Amino acid sequence: MLCERCKKNVATVHLTEINKGEKTEKHLCEQCSREEGYTIKSHASLQELLSAFISAHTDVAELAGKSCSDCGLTYAEFRNEGRLGCPNDYEVFREALDPLLERVQGSLEHGGKCPSRVEESQRRQRDMMSLRRQLREAVEKEKYEEAARLRDLIKDKEGPDGIA
Amino acid sequence: MELRDLMSSQGEWLRGEGPHSGVVISTRIRLARNIAGYPFLRRMNAEQRQEIEGEVRQAVDDLALFKSACYLQLDRASAIDRQFLMERRLISRELAAAEGERAVAFDRDETASVMVNEEDHLRLQTMRSGLGLEEAWRQANEIDDRLESRLSFAFSSRLGYLTACPTNVGTGLRVSVMLHLPALVITRQIEKVFQAIARMRLAVRGLYGEGTQALGDFYQISNQQTLGKSEAEILETVNLTVPRIIEYEEKAREALARESELFLEDRLWRAVGILRHARQMSSEEALSLLSAVRMGVNMGRVRGIDVPTINRLFVCSQPGHLQMRHGEELSAEQRDRARAEYISDALRQANPN
Repeated sequence: MLCERCKKNVATVHLTEINKGEKTEKHLCEQCSREEGYTIKSHASLQELLSAFISAHTDVAELAGKSCSDCGLTYAEFRNEGRLGCPNDYEVFREALDPLLERVQGSLEHGGKCPSRVEESQRRQRDMMSLRRQLREAVEKEKYEEAARLRDLIKDKEGPDGIA
Repeated sequence: MELRDLMSSQGEWLRGEGPHSGVVISTRIRLARNIAGYPFLRRMNAEQRQEIEGEVRQAVDDLALFKSACYLQLDRASAIDRQFLMERRLISRELAAAEGERAVAFDRDETASVMVNEEDHLRLQTMRSGLGLEEAWRQANEIDDRLESRLSFAFSSRLGYLTACPTNVGTGLRVSVMLHLPALVITRQIEKVFQAIARMRLAVRGLYGEGTQALGDFYQISNQQTLGKSEAEILETVNLTVPRIIEYEEKAREALARESELFLEDRLWRAVGILRHARQMSSEEALSLLSAVRMGVNMGRVRGIDVPTINRLFVCSQPGHLQMRHGEELSAEQRDRARAEYISDALRQANPN
């Protein structure tokens, strides 16, 4: 939902006013709600954090002119709307998105479910990455038996060509 | 099926049963998914939106996804129907208010729904009365697996399920538990609880999601982080936090009963009195009075009314439900009158004395 006043930013403030029994609803962005004189005591939502963060990184010159060849979204549009245009944008705007994800999500690596239809290679690659990470941790914690087991497992999975 | 038929059924989250249902109204699991090969919603044209809608509809049909499926094209539905679905939480307020080709498929028992062309192509959600994270997750995961056998979702091995907003990327999972916390509000401890929740990196929202006010002392607690953790870890964070909030609320209720019994009793019975005898009532007033009565019933201090009845009143006294019952649009003034009548009738029926 866009702000009904500026029609540019995402509406994050939703107000219900009751005046002589007539109810009116207002949907505004942070800035417009301030300009209209509403002071809201709120708990910073992820959306607000996101807007604040994106605004703070707008001076990155080379990003400003970038756009996605798949969907045509420009960085400026993303900055204003806070929404991406297509899956490819995660790669196109990676240098802006990675710090953002780091900040709001605290991570840059998926740790959950994978669709079973993702190509075997992608799944395999993730498995191998996870095994290698476990191996590194085992060595760090001096759990050598576990490390040896993991090393053999990785060797097995890599196959004779050493290609994961 | 007609939407009106749902008026007579209770719906899953209104049952008022399930673990900790004195404080926990319901549990909701939501997964955000997009179909590979299409742009996200904002960049789609009408034709592409129709294609997505068609693909999902076909998949829901072919897979017999729901025991008793209802499929509704929302761009052809009336404003009252959309409001009605939103009040029942089968669709989000954003989907109700949006424009263009969009739809919802849901199971008649109201445990699950799939929103089509919301902020993401698919938003599937499952609901349980009371605290039921595991069960809700199992069902959501199964629906996701089955849909995925037909549809190919946008996914990257680095970032997981790709979503229109970076705040959902990864698992696309939002776990929300709706809590009823009147005693913490009365004893002015709610801010303290919010701060504790924020420290767990969980978010607090009002009754109908992001940006809505906390009407009737209802608060939704949900995870913020969707990337980097597994679904089980996300569920665990919520599962660890909620029992502590329940405990705070129960302690606050005990303290009220112990230290301010007269104040408490007065507040509860005043609420019952107004609900039974008022002639016009706004939905805000109704929510706030029903909240007091619900607490009174759960504390064993108000008898003769059960929680399912109160839960039903909460939802059925909202504008969409009132207008659906009357079969026509009502002005705000007419609604206030219809609401007072409806609530007072229901309470008299529940307890004629």
